[in-house]
Formats: sequence, structure tokens, C-alpha cells
Amino acid sequence: MVGVGCMNRLVSYIKTFALWELLQGLSVTLRQYFKKSVTLEYPEEKTPQSHRFRGLHALRRYPNGEERCIACKLCEAVCPALAITIESDVSDDGTRRTSRYDIDLFKCIYCGFCEEACPVDAIVETRIHEYHMEAPGENIMTKDKLLAIGDKYDAMISADKAADAKYR
Amino acid sequence: MSDDIVNIEVDGKPVEARKGQMVIEVTDNIGAYVPRFCYHEKLSIAANCRMCLVDIEGAPKPIPACAQPITEGMKVFTKSPRAIAAQKATMEFLLINHPLDCPICDQGGECELQDLAMGYGRDISRYNDGKRVVKDKDIGPLISTDMTRCIHCTRCVRFGEEIQGNPQLGTVERGEDVKISTYVEQNVDHELSANIIDLCPVGALNNKPYRYSARAWEMVQHATVSPHDCVGSNLFAHTLRGTIKRIVPRENESINETWISDRDRYSYEAIYSSDRLTVPRVKENGEWRDISWSDALSLAAEALGAADAGKLGLIASSAATVEESYLLSQLSAHLGTSNIDHRTGRRDISGQDDDPVFAGLGCAIAEIENQGAVLVAGSNLRSEAPIIAHRLRKAAQSGAQVSFANAQEYEYFFDVADYLSGKGLCELLAGVVVAAADGAALPKAVAGLCDGVSASKADKRIATSLQAADDALLLLGTIAGRHAAYSAVRALAAAIADLTGAKLGFVSEGPNATGAHLAGVTPHRGIGGVQRKTPGLGVTAMLDSELDAILLMNVEPDTDIHATAAAEDKLARQKYVISLTPFVSDSLLECADLLLPVGTFAETSGTYINAAGTWQSFGGVANPVGESRPSWKVLRVLGNLLDAEGFDYVTSEDVLAEFKEALGDVAAGSYSPRAKLTKPNGADAPSEEIDIPLYSIDGLVRRAHALQQTLSAKRASER
Repeated sequence: MVGVGCMNRLVSYIKTFALWELLQGLSVTLRQYFKKSVTLEYPEEKTPQSHRFRGLHALRRYPNGEERCIACKLCEAVCPALAITIESDVSDDGTRRTSRYDIDLFKCIYCGFCEEACPVDAIVETRIHEYHMEAPGENIMTKDKLLAIGDKYDAMISADKAADAKYR
Repeated sequence: MSDDIVNIEVDGKPVEARKGQMVIEVTDNIGAYVPRFCYHEKLSIAANCRMCLVDIEGAPKPIPACAQPITEGMKVFTKSPRAIAAQKATMEFLLINHPLDCPICDQGGECELQDLAMGYGRDISRYNDGKRVVKDKDIGPLISTDMTRCIHCTRCVRFGEEIQGNPQLGTVERGEDVKISTYVEQNVDHELSANIIDLCPVGALNNKPYRYSARAWEMVQHATVSPHDCVGSNLFAHTLRGTIKRIVPRENESINETWISDRDRYSYEAIYSSDRLTVPRVKENGEWRDISWSDALSLAAEALGAADAGKLGLIASSAATVEESYLLSQLSAHLGTSNIDHRTGRRDISGQDDDPVFAGLGCAIAEIENQGAVLVAGSNLRSEAPIIAHRLRKAAQSGAQVSFANAQEYEYFFDVADYLSGKGLCELLAGVVVAAADGAALPKAVAGLCDGVSASKADKRIATSLQAADDALLLLGTIAGRHAAYSAVRALAAAIADLTGAKLGFVSEGPNATGAHLAGVTPHRGIGGVQRKTPGLGVTAMLDSELDAILLMNVEPDTDIHATAAAEDKLARQKYVISLTPFVSDSLLECADLLLPVGTFAETSGTYINAAGTWQSFGGVANPVGESRPSWKVLRVLGNLLDAEGFDYVTSEDVLAEFKEALGDVAAGSYSPRAKLTKPNGADAPSEEIDIPLYSIDGLVRRAHALQQTLSAKRASER
């Protein structure tokens, strides 16, 4: 038993003087040196995104310009963070519409349940994730803002929806 | 009674049931749920939805539980594979034509079809043909229709036939084409009509003013009590973020069963009307100016404190809660005045010393339907208390002789035994008194009133029916209460009751006339109906004299005061008029000097005592509108500012507890006239003025937009 102990101490002694651990560490560095780099120069370079990415919300319209949202309030009911506030009313043409549709971005946890709950594909989470607020209150996305986002990125949203359709 | 008991077996469990019960009643009693759409406890059996099919041993096919009477030894299986298969098949057929518009349907979330489709529906439809579409109907301003959603359970049709008594809805065509229709284009305008909204198991009939404004799951339900009639119907107010979105009935078998009147259902709209007073206002040199509550309260206290005790008047409405009435009564005691009254509708107070402690209904509300004979005098009952009229209809249907005596004839949807009309109420009732006495000596008090009156055949029939019935009731309505010779009318009614052995009951005005009487909001009696040593002035006398200060509580001069003519002008003559009011009106702006915004029934906690003497407390259900405050809090602070003792209540429950202690045990007491009455002559002339139309009775219904759009309201405004 005594002989094994002596042997181990001798090996460790030699390794210390041969800088064995250092060489072991440097070998990792050397291996990485020849591998393909994964770092991106954000914001010039960007990672690829899934079409299911859940970013900033938008309210969509039908191709004829009619709002999709019918104020069924299912998104409000399903929202786990209570971020959505809706008020509904009879619109001028007698249909059921929202008179207020607010999403508080500070409360939102981007779970995408609202999008899942929507029976008419009105509320969606777009791929947009680069946004900021400068003044208090800007975190509240009103109906007008949400519709504007929907209008602006309609092509992107439609393409994403189409890409995801076959999995539904 | 063992003959009446039938032993059956439900899902393997032995059950004892009453003979004649239907299977579904038994399964409901033991909590074995059977799905259903057309069956309703309060309606007749139609068995047309076929959803309640159950398996009964020995039967060749599943049988509808709602239409199958039980028999000895019957074995019912509610959840056997055959029953479930039958129910699922029925559901599949029902869903063939039902649109998939749940997300925009107001019934979504509280829909019987939606709920049952979760349990019995297939997840995918096998039906690929065209769905049926039915045109919507315009059946008035209260009920919206989406007739494509209808599953033809005919609950609404049966409600019209059996509860309203005037069927306005029916089915036309048959098979695939069957539709619910009004036959000819017309509004559904019975005073209970909107109950079909609650009956409709799907979203075909819905609440029009509420349309699309909220969803069932996001509202909070609060129990409250109707402020419109002496019944005190139990209500649920559904609120969203502190705002009332709709009112639905709260079941109370002893009061309103499962029904409420349209007035109770839609009057909440007034709470959010543009007429609401939102900040205290004061009139300075003829100009109205908004002021702060503290300034307003000190102005009010100053005016009340500075007035000479004899030159001070307090007028409440019978819609004031018990707590408010009690505080007002305490305030009057502190100010040393007996000029306090709530009887804004009573023209004739000459017999007030004979008043019972409070004018009760004579029996419990539920007992009305068990009466054998009823005479309703001086009343437009369907307008005054729709729920009592409904109970009366039930009595008539089970064979009671129901007669009416009133100058005008009003329509009732049941067989009216006799309708005395066309003459003054005193004359009509005198005839019945003479008939009831049948040649014997007349009671002294009314002998003079019956001079030269002879009994007609109808009078005799009424008198005989009241005498013959085991339970007979004579109801005096609010038209009688507003009659210019009320003491004579009442004495005659008491004489009839006395001679025939009928109970005498009163349909009182407002939701809390009983509470106001008990709290001593009368010039001649204090708390508990104890006679005052020096009676004060009643409403008419107050307005006729010139007072230093007058406090109005929820009273609108032009529309709420019927006790005296030209109340508005008379109020304008008073030196200082303070008004605690939820609403601003032109008449108030004209004659008041200080307006304090107070809450309506929905924004305050309190208690109403109905005509049958039932105390019903409720909490505040909605957020106050603007800066309005509950009346009892305003009175409490006024008490503090006037250094009244004991005004340091924290909650309305404290006020109620103190009032109950001060009141002790008080019975309604009875009425018997002491003085000999003489013929009122001119005062008995028939007048339409004393009938207040259905949708004009108080400030709330007058401002409820939907109610004002109804035919009844439009007809009344044309009158």
C-alpha cells in the first residue's frame, strides 16, 4: 500500500515540472482555434430566427382592410400575466368590436398564449424583438399601435403564418 | 301517505319519490344530472329537445326523462351506454344547424349548449351540407335576437303562454323550417318579458343594452335588491371593473321565484346616464357653480343649523334605505323638528293617525297565489308590482276569484272575475261594502260613505267570493294611496275586509315605505310608529308654508311629488333648498340652492324592508359615479357638523344595528278607522293623473334608455 502512494506522488511531481495541466488547457484552445466561429457581430450580424419567434405583438386585418379582432376576449382570459385589457362594444356596422385593446409590455411574458387562443388569428406575436420605450406609458400597446404594427409587417406575419400552417 | 310514495331505482340506487313526479325531477333531487334544454322547473313540459333521454329498464328505446312519470319499481339509468349514446346523438343533431359563432356570442361562457357540447359533442362535425340561416327579428329595445342560434326548445314560447299570459312569441312552420316568431311584426312588451333572456339556453335571445359589452367570465357577481317596488326582488348585479354591465335575477322562492321585472333588469342604465350629478353644486346669484364636498357640507349644515326648528323641513323618498331613513329621523330629532316625511305621493293624510305602524301586504308574497278570492282596489298592479301581479295570476289560474275595482280598466292576462270601473273608487268600494253587509248594519265609520249606494250584481259576486273563500285578500294599490280621498277609500276597504273576513293588504309606493314608517320618517310618528307629542308638517303642509330650509333626499320636485300640485313652484318659494340627489333635473336646478351628489341603490350599502315585512340588506355593488357618496355617509357627516350626538358610525351595519335596537319588536299593526267619514264628492272623481306609468315611477327608470324606448314608455309619454 505504501508503494502505490509513493508512485502517485512521483507522477504528480513530474507532471508539475512538465507543465502538464497547462498543456492540457492549451490543447482546448488549440482545438477551438481551428473550429468555425459561432460569435456574431450583433447588430451588424444576426442569428437566424424561427418563424415561431415570439416578439412584439400585432393586430392583423383581413385583406379587405377589416379588423380581424372580434372582441371575444379569449386572449384576455388566457393571459397568465394579465397584460391584456379589452373593452368591447357594438361597432357602427353592428358587429362585435373592441373599443379598447391594450397590452402592457412590462407585464407580458411573451408566452404566446394569446396567439394560440385567438379564434381569428388577429393577435400575433411578430419576430420583432428590437424595440424600446423612452417615456412612461409607452409600454402600453394600444389598439392603434398594434394595428399599425400589423399593417407594417403584414407580409412578414403572413409568411410566418403560412410557414407554420402545416404543423397545425 | 304511503300511497303517494313510489320506489324507483336510479343508477342502481333505490330512491323514494312522490307519485306523479317526472323522472328528471327525481334525478335532479338526488343530484344525478341529466342534460336538458327545454325542461324548466317553472314551465310546462314540452319534451322537444330530446336531450334528456335516459335508459329505462324494459323500455324499447331511450325515453325523455322530463316527460316520463315515475312508476313503482322503475329502473332508470342516466349514464348507461345507451343513454349516453342517445344524448350524444341528440347533441350531434342540435349542432347541425347551430352556428359556430361562440366567440362573438354574448351567451359564450354561460351557454347551456356550449357546456353540454363539451360533454356530449363530437370534436369534429360529420355534417358537410349547408347550415340553416334564420333572419333576426326586431322584438323591441330590450331583447336582441340571433335566431340562427335557436334550438327550438320553446322555453320562451311557453313563458309567454304560461307566465306572461299573453303569448307574443310562437313557432311557425315545421320540421327543418321551424322558427320562433312574433307572427305579425310586434314588440315583446310585457313587464316580465326579458326573463326569456335567462330562459333561453343558447344565445338566440339576449340582453340588448348589454350586447357585446362584456363576457360572462370576467364579471363579478354581487347580490342586491330591486329599488323599484315594494316586492324587493332579489337581484344579482354583474360588474366589470366596478361598472354594472347587467342585472339578472337571484332566485328567491318566497319573493320573486326566478323572475324579475324588466324595470329591475334595465334600470341600472340610469346609473351611467348623462343626468348624473357628479360634483356638489351651489347656486349663487342664480348661477350654478361646482364646489368641494367640504364646502358643500358646511353650507348645508349652516343652512340647517341656522333655520328655526319649526321652519325646517326634511323630505325623503320611499327609496331611501332603512339606514338613511333612520339617520334622517335622528337628524330631525337633533334639529328639534317633526317636519319630516316620505309620503310624497299621498294626497290625503287626514286619517294618518289611524295608519297601521306600516302598511303591510297582509300576507307573505308567496301566499298570494294560495288565496281563494282577491279584490284589488285602486291599483294598476302590473305596473305597480309586476311580481305581485304574477303571483295573483297564478292564484287566478289555480281557481281564485280575482276581481278589480278601479276607475280605469287595466288589462290583465287571466280570467278576471269582475272589474268594477267607470266611477270613483269610493263609490265602487261603497257598493261592495253594501253587498258585503247584505242588509246588516254598516260599520259606523263608513255608513255615511255608503248613503244611497246600492249593490250591483258584480258587487254581490265579489262580496260573496271574498266571504266564501278560506283565504281572501283585499289589496289596496298605490293608485288608492294617491287618491285624493284616501282615508275614505281605506275605510271602505277595511269595512269590506271586516265584513267578509278578508285580509287587508297594501301595495306601498317605493321599495322601502315600510322602512321609512318604522324609522319615523313621518310627521306624526317617530321610530317604531310611536305617536309624536306634537305632530309636524307633512309634505303638502311643508311645501305650502314658507320654510327657512328644506332638505330633499332623492326627490325630484316635478316627477316624484304627487301629494300636492305645482310642487316645483312651491319649492322655489322656500328660502333654502338642499337636495341630496343622484341626478340633476331642470326642476331641481330651478328650485334648489345646493345639490349634493349621492349614490343610487347600486353604490350604497343598505337595507330595504318590503311590503311583506322582509328585511333585505345589500352591499354597494358598483363604484360611485363621479364624486357621489352614499346618502347615509352624507347624513352622518351632516350630523357631525351639526354636533348631533352618536353620529360616529363607521359602516352602514352600525346604523342598522342601532336602529334595530331602538326599534325592538314591532308588528305591522292593524288599521281601523275611528272617525266617521263623509262623502268626498269631488275628490272621488276618476282621474288618470294618479296612475304613474310603468316606466316613470322613479328617477332611475325615467333615465334608463332602453326602458324609455319601449312601447309602454312611448305610449305613456304620448298620454
